Parts: sequence; structure tokens; C-alpha cells
Amino acid sequence: MKRLLPYPLLSSGLLAMWLLLNEPFTPGNLLLGLLVALGLPRLVASLRPPAGPMQRPLVLIRLILRVGAAVIRSAIEVARGVFRARRHAPRGRFVQVPLELRDEHALAALLMITAVIPGTVWSELAPDRSALLLHVFDLDDEAEFITSFKALYEHPLKEIFE
Amino acid sequence: MISVWEPLVALSLVASGVVVLAAGLGLYRLPDFFQRMHAPALASTLAAWLVTLGSIVYLSWRSNELYLHGWLIIIVLSITAPISSAVLARAALFRRRQAGDPLPPPLLAQEDPQPPPPNDSPTEAADR
Amino acid sequence: MTGLLQHAITLTLVLYLAGMVLGFVRLTRGPSAQDRILALDFLYVVAMLLMLVLAIRYDSDVYFEAAMLMVLFGFVSTMALAKFLLRGEVIE
Repeated sequence: MKRLLPYPLLSSGLLAMWLLLNEPFTPGNLLLGLLVALGLPRLVASLRPPAGPMQRPLVLIRLILRVGAAVIRSAIEVARGVFRARRHAPRGRFVQVPLELRDEHALAALLMITAVIPGTVWSELAPDRSALLLHVFDLDDEAEFITSFKALYEHPLKEIFE
Repeated sequence: MISVWEPLVALSLVASGVVVLAAGLGLYRLPDFFQRMHAPALASTLAAWLVTLGSIVYLSWRSNELYLHGWLIIIVLSITAPISSAVLARAALFRRRQAGDPLPPPLLAQEDPQPPPPNDSPTEAADR
Repeated sequence: MTGLLQHAITLTLVLYLAGMVLGFVRLTRGPSAQDRILALDFLYVVAMLLMLVLAIRYDSDVYFEAAMLMVLFGFVSTMALAKFLLRGEVIE
């Protein structure tokens, strides 16, 4: 099983994508999709950085839901901030967040989280991955932002990837 | 023929229009480049989600089968948008530091002298 | 397609157009190169959303293909331009 299907998650994702792209569902499409799903990971295996273990699917699902909620909340906040920018200018500034994450997949996931949430923009990562420069749209308490950011996103990622 | 779905589709489309307008307004009116970077993120997240929700509901309702094509766009968008925004932010930081703008200094390796873990870490064994 | 949805789609398209005009002003005005790239990226995303709304308007799923291509082209062009700002050349 392991030898036939070295990357189960990637393969099932590719298969799902293929079937969605090639609706309607027919046996021929399924066959082609299986070919892609089994062949492509092997072909590009030498390109990717090695896949890390993914533990705790429950924490992962909770993290995804949390990020979804944060996106909606933050988007509404940013839109409100834009509409009243004339009277009440948003206090945007850079925040330097010390990081404990070292795994590159976890950092990539953190990049996706910060970029998807409209209120934060990932700006720079220290060369030794010890700190992260974020630009925050509207911020009043820096220390509180850092602690909540670490608790909300960094610690679950640490549990999942390390 | 009025269905329960129709107001939902209409509402999500108009809401996405308002979000896009907010994003455009932010792009136009905010004073600083890094402030402005937050605005287009609105369009590529919340507005895109709302339109996709609307189109999935509408097309599933019309054809009486679950139509999930739209998900792909959301997934592709949420993979590509972070990469381009991070690269653009880096480019902007680089250029403005060169121009001598008052920005935070480049982050340096501050912690311990040991180098970052090499790419071929022992995690490789786990997926094989 | 009944009246409510027709009007909603028209209103949505008008709002998108307003957003695109504002983005276009930023594209022409700058002031810096990164502002223009940001505006271009925004225009790509809104054009992609426009395709999805047109898919509902004309009840056709050909527009999904177009939207997908729009996402990919927007990504590639933004990456190439940002990379150019960072290094002065696109491929090292």
C-alpha cells in the first residue's frame, strides 16, 4: 500500500481536482484522474521539499474553521476602516512577531493564513526563521496582538507539523 | 417562479459587489503602500467566497445536481494570492529601504548562531 | 431568472465597475511601481469575479474556465512583475 500510494493526501486531492475540472463524471475521466493522481506525485517528487508528517486532523479542521471566521471578521473590519478612513485614519504599522515554528511547511501554512486574512500582510521572515515582520491594518495594542496571534495560529500549526 | 435560493444568491452577489467597492476605495484612498496592500485582499477573499457561494447555489439549483466547480477557483486563488502578496511585500520593502524610507530595518538572525535546519530533514522518512 | 436576480446582477456589475475604476485610477497614478502592480493584480481579481457573475447571468459554465485562466494569468504576471522589482530580472 505504501509503495503503491506514497502520497495519499496529495493523490486524493489531485483526483478530486481532476474530477471536478472534468465534469461530468465518467469511467474514462476516473481512469485518467487515477493516472494523474498516481503518476504526478512521483514525477514531481524530486522537486518538492520532502513532505512532513501531518498529525492531529481535528486540530487542523478547527484551525481551518477559525481562519475562515477570522477572514470574515477581519474583512468587515478592513472595509469599515476604509469607508471611514477620512475621519478616523486606521493605525497601520509593522509588528515584529518572534516565531517558534521552524518547519518549512508550517511556515508556508502560516504565510497562507496571514495573507488570506485581509487585516495582516506577511512582509518579511528573518533568515534564521526566528522572527516575522507583519503589517497590520489597524492596531492599538501590539503586545496583545502578538500573544493572540501566537496562540490562535502558531501553536496549532506547531501541534500539526512538529 | 420564486425560490428560497434566489434571494440568497442575490444577496451574496450584492454583498460581494459592496466588498469589491470597499477594496477599490481602499486602494484609491489609503495613504501608504502597505496600508493599501490590505485592500485587494478583501476582493480575493471575502468577495470571491461570496460570489462562489452564489454561483454554486444558483447553478446547483438550476441543474438540480450539486455543482462544485466553483470550489476549485477558491482553492487555486487561496494558494496563489498569498504567494503574490508576500513577494510583492518583499519587493516593496526592498525598494523602499533602498530609497531610504523610514521602515523597520531588515530582520537579522538574532537568536542562536546555529543555521536553519537543512532541507533534507529527518521528516522525509515519515511519508514513505 | 426573475426580476430580483436580474436587478441584483446589474447592481453587482455596477459596483464591480466602480471598484475597477478606482483601481484603474491607482494604476495610472502610481506613485510607485509596486502600487501599479498591486492595482493590476486587483483588476485581475475583479475581472475574475466578473466572469463568475456572468456565469450566473448567462447560465453557462464556460465562464468558469475563463475565470480559472484569469486567476492563473493574474498570478503569473504579478509574480513576474514583483520578481522584476526585487531583482531587476525575471528569471535568474
